Amino acid sequence: MRPRNSRTAIIAGVVLALATTAAAASDGQLRVCADPNNLPFSNSAEAGFENKLAAMVAAHFGEQVSYTWWAQRRGFIRNTLKADKCDVVMGVPAGYDLAETTRPYYRSTYVFVTRQDRQLDLSSLLDPRLHSLRIGVHLIGDDGNNPPPAQALGEQGIVDNLRGYSIYGDYREANPPARLIEAVENGEIDVAAAWGPLGGYFAQRSPAPLTVTPIRDTERFAPQQFQFAIAMGVRKGDHALRDRLNAFIDEHRSEINALLRSYGVPLVELPVTASGGQQ
Amino acid sequence: MLVRGLTRLLTGIPAVLCACCCLMSPASAQSDLADRMKDPGQWPMAARDYANTRYSELDQINASNASRLQLAWTFSVGVDRGQEAAPLVVDGTMYVVSPYAGPYPNRVFALDATTGELKWSYAPKPEPAAAGVACCDVVNRGLAFDNGKVFLNTLDDHTVALDARTGKELWHTKLGEINKGETITMAPVVVKGKVLVGNSGGELGVRGWVTALDENTGAIAWRAYATGPDKDVLIGDDFKPFYDNLKGQDLGVKTWPADRWQVGGGTMWGWISYDAELNLIYYGTANPSPWNANQRSGDNLWSTTIFARDPDTGRAKWAYQINPHDLFDHDEINENVLVDLEINGQTRKVLIHPGRNGYMYVMDRATGEVISADAYEFVNSYKGVDLKTGKIIPNEEKTPLVGKTVENICPAAPGAKDWQPTAWSPRTKLLYVPHQHLCMNFKASQVGYIAGTPYVGADVDMYAGPGGHRGEFMAWDPVARKKVWEIHEKLPVWSGALVTAGDVAFYGTMDRMFKAVDAKDGHVLWQFRAGSGFIGQPISYRGSDGQQYIAILSGVGGWPGVVANAEVDQRVRNAALGFTGATQDLPFYTAGGSELLVFKLGANGEDSSHAPAK
Repeated sequence: MRPRNSRTAIIAGVVLALATTAAAASDGQLRVCADPNNLPFSNSAEAGFENKLAAMVAAHFGEQVSYTWWAQRRGFIRNTLKADKCDVVMGVPAGYDLAETTRPYYRSTYVFVTRQDRQLDLSSLLDPRLHSLRIGVHLIGDDGNNPPPAQALGEQGIVDNLRGYSIYGDYREANPPARLIEAVENGEIDVAAAWGPLGGYFAQRSPAPLTVTPIRDTERFAPQQFQFAIAMGVRKGDHALRDRLNAFIDEHRSEINALLRSYGVPLVELPVTASGGQQ
Repeated sequence: MLVRGLTRLLTGIPAVLCACCCLMSPASAQSDLADRMKDPGQWPMAARDYANTRYSELDQINASNASRLQLAWTFSVGVDRGQEAAPLVVDGTMYVVSPYAGPYPNRVFALDATTGELKWSYAPKPEPAAAGVACCDVVNRGLAFDNGKVFLNTLDDHTVALDARTGKELWHTKLGEINKGETITMAPVVVKGKVLVGNSGGELGVRGWVTALDENTGAIAWRAYATGPDKDVLIGDDFKPFYDNLKGQDLGVKTWPADRWQVGGGTMWGWISYDAELNLIYYGTANPSPWNANQRSGDNLWSTTIFARDPDTGRAKWAYQINPHDLFDHDEINENVLVDLEINGQTRKVLIHPGRNGYMYVMDRATGEVISADAYEFVNSYKGVDLKTGKIIPNEEKTPLVGKTVENICPAAPGAKDWQPTAWSPRTKLLYVPHQHLCMNFKASQVGYIAGTPYVGADVDMYAGPGGHRGEFMAWDPVARKKVWEIHEKLPVWSGALVTAGDVAFYGTMDRMFKAVDAKDGHVLWQFRAGSGFIGQPISYRGSDGQQYIAILSGVGGWPGVVANAEVDQRVRNAALGFTGATQDLPFYTAGGSELLVFKLGANGEDSSHAPAK
C-alpha cells in the first residue's frame, strides 16, 4: 500500500532552509532530476520533450541545465527532489502529493492505440468488442495500483483477454514502457490502452501506421480519471522556484504546446468528465 | 574433492538413519552449522537455530543483574540506512553486513566479537546499472555461515561465498535481474550444504522463488517457484496438503485468470526454518501481484502460502495458503517457529506462524493441519479462521477496492506483524512478539505517477489502533492461546526479539530505546537510548573473556518506507499547521544510523545509570 506522504511543519521548514542554501550554491544552474531511459519524456541524450522543456526554462532563466538521472519509479521523488539532488522534476500530475506543483502546462488523456489497417475505430471504454479483442495495458503493481484502463476493464469483467506490460519493464532495454506500443505494431495485441504522450509519440514513429484515439465514456468509472493535468514539481515549500516556473509557463504556453505537438502528445483542453474534472 | 565426494555419499543416506536425532542435530556430517547451534557461545545463523527460536542458552545476564548492562564497544557499518541485519558470531568472530547504499553497498565486516577489532571487510562490486533502479528496499537481513564460509545475498541478486578467515571471495552466483525489479534482501539459510535464497520485488511483477545453491560451488541445485505449473512449483505425487482446496493439478495456474501467474508475485524475503528429523524446510510466500485485485480473480496460489519442502530436492510435501486472493498486501513471509507443544494431552510437533493478518497460527508441521489460529492483534478485516476448512473468513465490509472508501481497516497494510522476527523460550514456553498496532482508512483519491504514467490510487491513512499506541512487544502462550503480557510502544516495534536462558527478552524501539525485559512478566529491567532507532535483530553470544554479550544494529533509515509513514502523532495531527491525516512523526524521535552496539554486564553495583526510571 502506498502510504500517504504528508509532512510536518518542522520538516518543511528544514527543507525550505536547505532549498535556499541549495539555490545559492547552485547559482546559474537549473538542477533537474529525470529518468535517463524514458522517452518521450526524457533520456540521457536529452532527447525527450521534458529535456527540451528544461532547456527552454534554463534559457529563459539564463541558466545551464544540470541533470541527476534516476529511474522514475517508486522512490524517485525521495531519492531526487527530497534528497536535494535537484530542484525540479519536469513532469508530475497537478496536485501531486509528494511535491509542490506548478500550474499545469498540459493536459493529456489515456488513449487507445490500434493499427490503422485493422480499422477498429475504438474510442469508447464501453465498446462491446473490448470483451474479445486482445488488449494491452501497463502494469504498475505498487500497492495494487494500476493505470485507469486496467482498473476499469477489470470492473467490467474484462480479464482474460487483457495482457499486462510492466511499466518498469527490463531497464536494460531502451524506453521499457514502449513495449506496449510495439506489441500493437507487431500484432501481439489488437489494442493498447496507454497514457497519451507515450502512445502518441511511439505511434508517430511506428513503421506500421497506428491510430491514436482518446478514451471516452469513462464517467461511470469515477473516481478513476482518464485525463490528467501535468505540471512541474519542486520541493515542498520552494515557492520561489515554483513562482518563477509559473511565470515561465504563463509566458510560453504556445511554445510549450508546439513542443508537445511535435512529440505527438495528444492534448485535451478541458476536463471531459463531470465528476473527475475539477482540476 | 574428497569433501565433495563425501557430500554426495552422505546426502544419499536415507533420512531414516537420522530419525533418532533431535531437532538441532546435524543433518549430515559435512555441515558444522548444526553443531555450532548447540554451542550457546555462538550465534551461527540469523535466527540462531534451524527452529528459528532466537533463544540463547546463556544465562549470565538475568533479571536481577540486567540493570548493570553497559556498552562494551561499538562499530559503524558506514551507511545510515535501515539496519535490519542480524550479526553472526562464529568461533569468536562477528560478521555483520551493511545495507545496499553508499560507496560500498552490502559491505561485510568481520570483527573480533570480544574486542570489536576489525579483522577484514569485503565489498561486493554492484552492477553499475543497479544505481537508481533498486528503489525500495535497501535493507539486508543478515548473512549465513557454514563450513568456514560466509554467505552474502546482495540486493542486486547475487549470492556470494566468502572465506570466513580472510574475506576472500570464493564464488558468486547471479540469481535474478535487478533491471526487471528483482532484488534479494533476506538472510540466506544453509541446510545440508545448500544455501537457500529467496527473491523480493513482487510488487513489480516479479515471480517469486526459492533457490538452493551448492555451498561449495554456487551451482544451482533447485529452484521452486511460487506460481505456475506443478513442475515449476516442484509439486509431485508426494505432495500431500492437508486441505482439499489445495489438492489438484497445476493450481498455481488454475487459480489465476489467463496467464496472470507469470508475474504473480509470491516472493520470499523472510525466514526459512528446518526440521532435520522430518527433513523439511518451512517458509511463507509473499502477496500476489502486480495486477489489481479485480484482475486476478481466484485464490492466486501459491501466494501467501506456507510451504514444507524437502531440502534435498526442493519438492513440496505440503502447503497451506493463509490469505486466498489477498486484498491487503499481507505477505506471509513471517517466520515459522518450530516447537513441540503439549496440546490436549498430546505432544504435537508444531510450527508457530505469527501471521501478518493478525492471527497466530499453530500448525502440525508434519501435515500442514491448522491446530489453532487466534487473533493476537485487533482484527476486523477478517472474521476468523475456519478450522474445519482451514480457510480464513473475509469481512466483505472491509474490502479495500480502488474507487471505494473504506474506513477503519485493522490491521493496516503492514499487517499486525511484518518481517520482524519473534523469539521462543523453551523455559517460559512463550513466544515473544514484536509487532505493530495500526489501522487504516482507504480512500480513492491520491494521484500517483510512475515512469510517466499517472493514475488515481488509494490514499491510505494509517493511525494507531485501539488504545492509541502504534506498537507492542508481547508474550504469547500458544497452548493457552492467549496473550500473557504486553508492553505498549508509541511507534511500531520493528526490531526482532531475543530471549535468553536468564529469562530476559530484548527488543529495540524506533524511538531509539534498546530494552531488556523480564521474560516472565514483561517488567522492564534496563534500557539504553541509542543514536538511532532500532529495526535490527538482537543476538547474544559468549566472548573469549567468558562474558555474555548482547549485540544489535541501530539505524532506523528507510524513512519513507511504510513504517516511517505509518505514524500519526496526535499533537502533530491536531496542531494548527495545516497538515491533516497521517503524519510522519518519526523525525521527532530519530535520524538514520549505522551503529553496531555491543553490551555486557558491568561490575557489581557499578553504573546503574541506565536503569529505567521507576
